[in-house]
Amino acid sequence: MGAGHAHRLYRHGHSPVHALPPHTKLAAAFAFVVVVVSTPREAVWAFGLYAVLLAVVAQLARVPAGFLLKRLLIEVPFVAFAVLMPFVAEGARVDVLGLSLSVNGLWGAWNVLAKGTLGVAASVLLASTTELRELLLGLQRLRLPPLLVQIASFMIRYGDVITDEMRRMRIARESRGFEARGVRHWGVLAKSAGALFIRSYERGERVHLAMVSRGYAGSMPVIDEVTASRAQWSYALTLPLAALVVCLLGWTL
Amino acid sequence: MHVPDGFINAPVSAATGVLAAGAIAVSLRGARRELDERTAPLAGLVAAFIFAVQMLNFPVAAGTSGHLLGGALAAILVGPFTGVLCVSVVLLMQGILFADGGLTALGVNITDMAIVTTVVGYAVFRGLVKVLPRRRRSITVASFVAALLSVPGAAVAFTLIYAVGGTTDVSIGKVATAMIGVHVLIGIGEAAITGLTVGAVIAVRPDLVYGARGLEQKLKLRVNGELVDAPPSGPAPVAARTSRRALWITGLVTSLVLAGFVSFYASSNPDGLEKVAHDKGIDSRAKKHASDGSPLAGYGVKDVADARLSGGLAGVIGVGVTVVAGSTVFWVVRRRRTTDASPVGTGV
Repeated sequence: MGAGHAHRLYRHGHSPVHALPPHTKLAAAFAFVVVVVSTPREAVWAFGLYAVLLAVVAQLARVPAGFLLKRLLIEVPFVAFAVLMPFVAEGARVDVLGLSLSVNGLWGAWNVLAKGTLGVAASVLLASTTELRELLLGLQRLRLPPLLVQIASFMIRYGDVITDEMRRMRIARESRGFEARGVRHWGVLAKSAGALFIRSYERGERVHLAMVSRGYAGSMPVIDEVTASRAQWSYALTLPLAALVVCLLGWTL
Repeated sequence: MHVPDGFINAPVSAATGVLAAGAIAVSLRGARRELDERTAPLAGLVAAFIFAVQMLNFPVAAGTSGHLLGGALAAILVGPFTGVLCVSVVLLMQGILFADGGLTALGVNITDMAIVTTVVGYAVFRGLVKVLPRRRRSITVASFVAALLSVPGAAVAFTLIYAVGGTTDVSIGKVATAMIGVHVLIGIGEAAITGLTVGAVIAVRPDLVYGARGLEQKLKLRVNGELVDAPPSGPAPVAARTSRRALWITGLVTSLVLAGFVSFYASSNPDGLEKVAHDKGIDSRAKKHASDGSPLAGYGVKDVADARLSGGLAGVIGVGVTVVAGSTVFWVVRRRRTTDASPVGTGV
């Protein structure tokens, strides 16, 4: 991922949300999710308000609804799980359309679905308005250990390279007539994984040597330190604070 | 198995978060010893490898396919500390970038998918390698068994976390049966692929497999027709014995305080909940939990009479159990590592 082409998760733009420093956005998204998670599940209207808040952010960031909804699809496995819950949970049962469902299970399914969806939506908004490099800088700014940030940045930078190598190996396999159909073909796939590991590790060694030859001594120089003014902080924290108000209302009402 | 937001309650999420942070801090130091200054690029590339290999689908039966979790594989190939780091970084990036797994559930996800799989996998692997004959085949067999146990191990860890802090009202027995049952099946696939992968790497670059480092034959020189041990090249590794007690105590105190505080804050919840429960006449929960065998399941209930006390207790006990379990496992692994005296890569 060199300069010039951004990751497909990121949506380029010049909105006020894009312009915010990354660590304020990270903190805001995290605080928002914490507030959402600690809302009582019976306050159904509160989750509606949260969704409205996120929609306002998406509007400000000029992220189209279709894009956001498509990315929400990652949640589908849990929807399946949540649908099962009313059938297997304990407690009093209620008849809905001729099916005997557990009341607690219904609440549980609603709880997981609502909070999970809002969490996913918040992360999607964060990822689509913040460049990868900025996200890493923000994490570093939020006192994540520098070594961890370096590892993460190498993973991000070389993730596409390694994935492409895997894709090339798959194409090589398929062009020789291989098709994985069952357990008998696991050996071939495992050999590919082994080869991929060796290639990745050796690439890591080469990258390290290249870094050493350019003066690397264990820490990366930070050339683009990010800072945030008080105004930017308060702008970013509007979202979790608004959510907090909703949450407190949810507790008291 | 990526847990979304809202599936595990706030105190337990916070406690697992603290546990995960502690484990990552320990792993950062451990990985520096495993890889020294090469840590960043190598661990980064291995994390990219784990990320890619999780996308490698292997067909199981007609139509269905599974994918690797990679915890045991990472631990065996690059060492337990680097393994924990790599899988944690993968999970962190999946959470932030791909919204796969909730932000507040990061602690839960890292605890059960990065820490438990890696530690269980590596502990089993080390134990088997010590017992089995010193041959390459045994490394493959040991990796098979390690991966086979690591996945249900993660499922058990998840079930425990759920028992302490699950927000839904599905009985522990059902969750345990479903999770462990499914993950035993997944574990078989994971085990086969892990074993075969390690075997494939050993066949080509045995020096790269961290778990097989003790296996290399001593270099022998033929001097005047006799085989003599070659003099050791490079300095002997110095066992760094820094005190980690301060770290443990700080971590434990922080997590206890945090869990107490957070659960206190969260435990105004049951009052409201109880009210609704009374209103709607769905108060049958307490009865059901009373019949539950596990004491922890009882503590985890927010809706019992003394809600505040029970919530705080659940948090503190959860932290206690997880921290003690986590530190014991790390202690054991560390002891094993330091007594192992395997040569540390000297770097370039």
